[in-house]
Amino acid sequence: MRKILATTLVGLSQDKDFVFLTGDLGFMALEPVRDAAGARFINAGVAEQNMVSVAAGMARLGFRPWVYSIAPFVYARAFEQIRNDVCFHNLPVFVIGNGGGYAYGVMGATHHALEDYGALLGLPHMHVYVPAFGADVPAAAERIAQAAGPAYLRLGRDELPKDFALPAYAPWRRLLTGNGPTLVIVGPLAGGILGAALKRPEPIRPTIWVLSELPLLADEIPAALLEDIQRSGHLVAVEEHVATGGVGQALAHALALRGTTPKRFSHRHALGYPSGFYGSQNYHRKECGLDPQSILALIEKP
Amino acid sequence: MSDSEITGSTSHPEAEKELHRRVRLRLLRMHYEAGVGHLGGNLSSLDLLLTLHHRVMGKDDLFVLSKGHAAGALYATLWSLGRLSEEELVKFHKDHTRLGGHPPVSGIPDILFATGSLGHGLGLSAGLGLAKKLRGQPGRVFCLMSDGEWNEGSNWEALIFLAHNRLTQVVPIIDLNGLQGFGATTDVADLGCLAEKLRGFGLHVHKIDGHDPEAIFQALSVQNPAQPTAIVARTIKGHGVSFMEHRMEWHYLPLTAEQYALAVKEANEL
Repeated sequence: MRKILATTLVGLSQDKDFVFLTGDLGFMALEPVRDAAGARFINAGVAEQNMVSVAAGMARLGFRPWVYSIAPFVYARAFEQIRNDVCFHNLPVFVIGNGGGYAYGVMGATHHALEDYGALLGLPHMHVYVPAFGADVPAAAERIAQAAGPAYLRLGRDELPKDFALPAYAPWRRLLTGNGPTLVIVGPLAGGILGAALKRPEPIRPTIWVLSELPLLADEIPAALLEDIQRSGHLVAVEEHVATGGVGQALAHALALRGTTPKRFSHRHALGYPSGFYGSQNYHRKECGLDPQSILALIEKP
Repeated sequence: MSDSEITGSTSHPEAEKELHRRVRLRLLRMHYEAGVGHLGGNLSSLDLLLTLHHRVMGKDDLFVLSKGHAAGALYATLWSLGRLSEEELVKFHKDHTRLGGHPPVSGIPDILFATGSLGHGLGLSAGLGLAKKLRGQPGRVFCLMSDGEWNEGSNWEALIFLAHNRLTQVVPIIDLNGLQGFGATTDVADLGCLAEKLRGFGLHVHKIDGHDPEAIFQALSVQNPAQPTAIVARTIKGHGVSFMEHRMEWHYLPLTAEQYALAVKEANEL
């Protein structure tokens, strides 16, 4: 996703208000952005708090800065700068967190982003984008570039099944319709689960929705999703994020507000490090029951 | 490389003294009527704020109050410039006010950022300065900071950024009153000579008396074209009120009626 983003940003860099700040990361990925943006590409050094404040200062005078680092370094380290300097003032500063969820795998807990959007969505004006597939990245970045206020872009790894006809990017998309339970999946996790679901016989296939923008607001839930939930009777929220502040909680809250709670509700989410050991992204997903086999086992259980 | 002159206003010393007296009295009244503290660090900043705003800053210049707890002194300064009304000022620290204990998010054009958590202003100023630099726009960005604030790591990040990017537009002004939240700066986290540390990071530094308007004006009227310039202004916490001077508790205490009367008497005699 990072390379696709870089290509998109090269295009966006033609805007004279475009500016890009990196916390000294982006080797073998951001060079085209650097070359295209010239003086408006700034390596702010390993100093994320200052980088975000600088971006806020530039945005105050009309620039539209993007700030980039490995996700936790930029949303957690610089949280107060995002809160006070950017969000309080509703400034168009666009935070890119690379490696959403367990994407940095065996690099370990310091590099994982398991509570990023939950932490950020409590801030005023913040809008979060979680593209699920590489093909979503240009559309998401274009939408961010038009935004009036702050944004957080959570990048991950594209796992789109081969030959799948992906519908155009939208905050809510139905990827698969089946007679099984209704899944609402956040971001790139959708790819692997979709791939496994496509191989199941039609009568037990789930309906799969992918959600790519947050906050999840009760009145923005698609009517078709509400129908799917009522019809299937079992709603399953799946996300590579802890339960607290996650989409599962937001979805349950929204449906309760609307008075349309499903008969059965399940939530699969990041659990941290249950065994205390590290491994690949898929290793961690498996530990949390987020891998395709665990999800299918859950939904096929009567 | 020689410093280049920047045009500023000269001032009649008597008129300036009267201005400072008038604003100091207004500041004391504001805090007395609102029943709030923070006076110590407001009084240490007042001469810097007044000289900067009345004599140094022009239409292209910007200001960030990094030591947000000196909001009262900033409001009084903006009031003295006619940019904040008396009606607004009397609501200081009351319900349904724009003028809280720290600079607000919006509503006052001269206040670009809500501050109050320390260690934000210099990075914000660096961003404003970099925006000016990239756009080739004139003007400087003045950032008033406390000395205790230099405990914050983000300031050192900003300092590296300023020096590395040669943001000569950005001028940190440090109100060195020697006292911080719960002790003297030398007892809490002794930075030794702050001016030397700033020089070590590649800044050009002027050390001045932060209560001498002429010294403040002179130091702010030159811009070193090669390096960012910082002003380290030695000040007195609670300046001008005998029972407050150099006393940490005046970061917190409100004035009693008797104390207010004495403070007014002393401010009139200063």
